[in-house]
Amino acid sequence: MLDTLILSLLIGIFVGLSAGYLGSLMVLEKMALVGDALSHVALPGLAIGIIFNFDPLIGAFAFLFASAVIIWYLQRVTKISFEALVGAMFTLALALGIILINDLEALEEALFGDITQVTLVHAVAAIAISIVAIFFTKVIYRKLVLAMISEDLAVSKGINVARTNLLYLFLVSLVVAMGVQIVGTLLVGFLVIVPAIAAKNLSSNMRRYSLYGAFFGLIAAVSGVLLASYLGLQPGPVVVFSGVTIFAISVVINWRLKLSA
Amino acid sequence: MTAMDEYVLKVSNLKVTLQNQIILDNISFNVKKGTTMAILGPNAAGKSVLFRTLLNLLPHSGNIEWGEKVKIGYVPQNVAITDIPISVKEFLSIGKKINVENALSMVRLNSKSVLNKRLGVLSGGQLRRIMIAWALIDEPNILLLDEPTIGVDVESEEPIFTMLNAIKKSKKMTILLITHDIHIVREYTDYLLALNKCVTFFGKSEEIANLEVQKRIYGEPVCVKMLSEAE
Repeated sequence: MLDTLILSLLIGIFVGLSAGYLGSLMVLEKMALVGDALSHVALPGLAIGIIFNFDPLIGAFAFLFASAVIIWYLQRVTKISFEALVGAMFTLALALGIILINDLEALEEALFGDITQVTLVHAVAAIAISIVAIFFTKVIYRKLVLAMISEDLAVSKGINVARTNLLYLFLVSLVVAMGVQIVGTLLVGFLVIVPAIAAKNLSSNMRRYSLYGAFFGLIAAVSGVLLASYLGLQPGPVVVFSGVTIFAISVVINWRLKLSA
Repeated sequence: MTAMDEYVLKVSNLKVTLQNQIILDNISFNVKKGTTMAILGPNAAGKSVLFRTLLNLLPHSGNIEWGEKVKIGYVPQNVAITDIPISVKEFLSIGKKINVENALSMVRLNSKSVLNKRLGVLSGGQLRRIMIAWALIDEPNILLLDEPTIGVDVESEEPIFTMLNAIKKSKKMTILLITHDIHIVREYTDYLLALNKCVTFFGKSEEIANLEVQKRIYGEPVCVKMLSEAE
């Protein structure tokens, strides 16, 4: 049990860090719901893993990335908004997942995560993938911010915005697939959104914003996992409550700062 | 045809079609080195599309010939900054290591007061100056400014154009600017290209004072009958 807790904590630290960091871009891109909805796309992937007896996380990642590519491509071709496309895709994935997983217990695990299933391989993969995701996101962070300010400006500076967006979605898919282990597909979107919006409340520059995002992600994940273990609860919902507490504190601080300014 | 070295840009028979709609048609003009050209026209005349086409951001037919060693600085009309927690310093140094204070002094902004401010809290005038500073960082010799004083109050407009004039002279730059303001055209530019999908006027800016030229740009005035006349 202790080993499982340590492994979950390790995953929590790294997935929290990377989800918070990558999420800071997702929130700015006005794609907050994309991050959330995208996570549900993992469900049929998990199902296929369970049915064909291979690591469900591989299935989750494959589905996440495939749908990210499809959404990215459709958005470029049809100019329909990301939100609308993801909305359609995620409900389809949810329906597909529920049809495929007819074992209720397995479905609950997939939806809400199950840290008792966490292995050393999972922890090592989560650490490695988080480090890689943070590294590459740092490389493209400013390019993406410039493209958000003005896509024309970014393109005129030689930035391939479409390719950079695709790389970003790939990295988000990786991190979300890792997060599914702890908080499950229904709640993993939270790790991408809430630490970032809490950071936004407290930041006047990009550096602080992205660092706070990563830090709040870490605190939410770690405190959630620890508290859940202490109280004998599922970690997913407890992680959500930790994160919301951080967000609430950020709102109060922001309000006080504005009052004193 | 005049030799290219006198010009920084020659455009001939330019046509831009977007989503099966002709946005620009049969556009031809030249831009002389070291001059300022105003681009004037009603909304949806294709002014911003012209800039984006010149920057090779849009598909087009016809010919766009830039002079040798041309380096372009561009200020787009719309920037989405209100939602992004980014400081002036961070924005100006995106993608390059620069002396931010120098860049700010070029656009006559006090670096101490704005450097660490969030871009979204700046006044309209300050923001436009920051955008111009961003365009100037790479030391361009031609500036494309899409409504450089959009969102700026009337009193702050004139100082921005005075500043642009000074930069143009000191850096020997060529400027193309989109504007709606006839006063700006007359006071601060040398040439005028009036657009409304096609070229409605191309010549010296001072000719904007000519009533015939105004009619070509804005159309014949249509007056309403006053009540007393109607009776």
